[in-house]
Amino acid sequence: MSEIALYFVMPLATALLLVLFGHWIERWAGAIVSAVFLLLTAVTVHLWMGVDFPVSIAVGGWTPIDGVPLGIHWVMDGLALLMLGVINLIGVVVAVYSIGSMVKFTKLRKYYALLLLLGLGMNGVILAGDFFTLYVFLEISAISSYILVAFDRGAEAMEASLKYQVLGGTASMLILMGIALIYRLTGTLNMADAARVLLGMKAAPTVQFVGVLFLAGFGVKAAIMPFHAWLPDAHPAAPAPVSALLSGVVVKVLGIYPLCRIFFHVIGFQGVWPEVWIVLGGVSLMAGNILALAQWDIKRLLAYCSVSQIGYIFLALGLGTPLGLVAGLFHLVTHAVGKALLFFNAGVIVHVAGNRDMRALGGMATQLPFTRRTYLISAFSVAGLPPFAGFWSKLFIIVACVEAGRPFWGIWAAIGSMLTLAAFLKIQKHVFAGEVQGKRLYVHEAVFSRKVSMVFLAVLCVLLGFLAIPALYQQILSPASEVLIQGVSASLEILRQ
Amino acid sequence: MILYLLTFLLFGIGLYGVWTKRHLIRVIMGLIIMETAMNLFLVLIGYRHAGVAPILTGSHNETATMVDPIPQALVLTAIVIGLATTALLLAFSVRIYAKYKTLDLDKIRNLRG
Repeated sequence: MSEIALYFVMPLATALLLVLFGHWIERWAGAIVSAVFLLLTAVTVHLWMGVDFPVSIAVGGWTPIDGVPLGIHWVMDGLALLMLGVINLIGVVVAVYSIGSMVKFTKLRKYYALLLLLGLGMNGVILAGDFFTLYVFLEISAISSYILVAFDRGAEAMEASLKYQVLGGTASMLILMGIALIYRLTGTLNMADAARVLLGMKAAPTVQFVGVLFLAGFGVKAAIMPFHAWLPDAHPAAPAPVSALLSGVVVKVLGIYPLCRIFFHVIGFQGVWPEVWIVLGGVSLMAGNILALAQWDIKRLLAYCSVSQIGYIFLALGLGTPLGLVAGLFHLVTHAVGKALLFFNAGVIVHVAGNRDMRALGGMATQLPFTRRTYLISAFSVAGLPPFAGFWSKLFIIVACVEAGRPFWGIWAAIGSMLTLAAFLKIQKHVFAGEVQGKRLYVHEAVFSRKVSMVFLAVLCVLLGFLAIPALYQQILSPASEVLIQGVSASLEILRQ
Repeated sequence: MILYLLTFLLFGIGLYGVWTKRHLIRVIMGLIIMETAMNLFLVLIGYRHAGVAPILTGSHNETATMVDPIPQALVLTAIVIGLATTALLLAFSVRIYAKYKTLDLDKIRNLRG
């Protein structure tokens, strides 16, 4: 299992290389970073094919006491594997897209180094088996994303990043308080061990309080509705590939994934929590869609749409049924791909027009025929039109709602889906259709590296739909959802390793 | 117990500062106060009354009187992370000031329109 070390060594070593010797290799920095993420994707596929899960690794070689590893602890199971695949695959695409889209910036080596550190932090969050490792990697990825948001150093980007930093810093403190309380309560920082100790204790109100702290802290990172304030500022202000990475992957890895881990595997997903998740998700998906519909800034519209899609994932996971969990993870994957492609398209449009206000755009269908096609594929996928991937994941969510005896939320999700479609048709109408209006900085299509990554994601938007076939989702999604279904007993299994 | 309540009060003061103050430096100070409160809280968790430093010397039954070293290790890490986030925030404030000539968040928002 020494391959797991690659998830940390490769990005960190390459980032160091880029910072130290970047002056000489700046021209190939993009290719190098793409290669690193591609290698990590290959490692993930390799592990998926050949390893029995869960795998638990105690770093540092300290002898475990009663099966509880001391110090840094990495856990690799089906869920972690799925998330690692998504992170590193989107990482490849983002790095390839960056080659063509970041040329106007100086200090590119720092950009690529930060991209790698963000990837490293996310890999660490996924693999962390103890609370403090989780916290440290969370901060690594958070700090790199703060800087990446402000990478073009304009006034708006600085301001958005500052807002992100203040809210993110507050959230980190809430998370740290939760970790401290867990330690006080259980005397351990290891997640699996804490789960075992909590299982033996009577349901204490402190545990519920810890749950609230984690929900608020990671809720800010996930941009779920009452905690979403930073996202519509930060995601539009970032350069296009960074927006794609932030909206597609970062909110899910830093927000949803730790919440799943903590609630399903440590605290126990019962009592009032499923209800809280469903209501938060439901509010988020409807309000996010309505706010998206009101936007005139193209990237801000997409950012609000992310808030609503996060709501869908929360709603599906909150159902807690096997189908609900599969549906939530399915939507997580399809949205990661679809939203990354949407932000790539928006990046091309903003590059050509020089502004993001849809009222000053129009008639781009003739100027950017290629981007129009990829836009339609991604928009239809995220809005949930057949036969694209997003349709199947939303169908799964609605069926799961009905199956769980909550048809109201199924109808609610379907209405939300129509609003998403309306928001995307607004972009279609004001940006692509109609007469050419507004000035253009250049009229040329996306350059080659952008086209490659956009076509790749567009193909994925179609191909991922095949995950709806039971034989396929049982291979790919079910190992991940089963880890969640097992709940706290999954933690006990880790301790038995 | 009173010490725990005081650290929570300190945390609350920091949170109040972050939420209500409109001056960027004060918001950052609120964050720092929250960090300090969290560090104090962690140290308090490891505290034992009349405890000694957690260094093994080989004498009899010494682990019973030691303070818990794990929270101290966590605090060291948390201080380093706090340093990084604070430095980044202050660096951004310098940039913001250079662009807007003010650190008043209301005025910065107004400029954006």
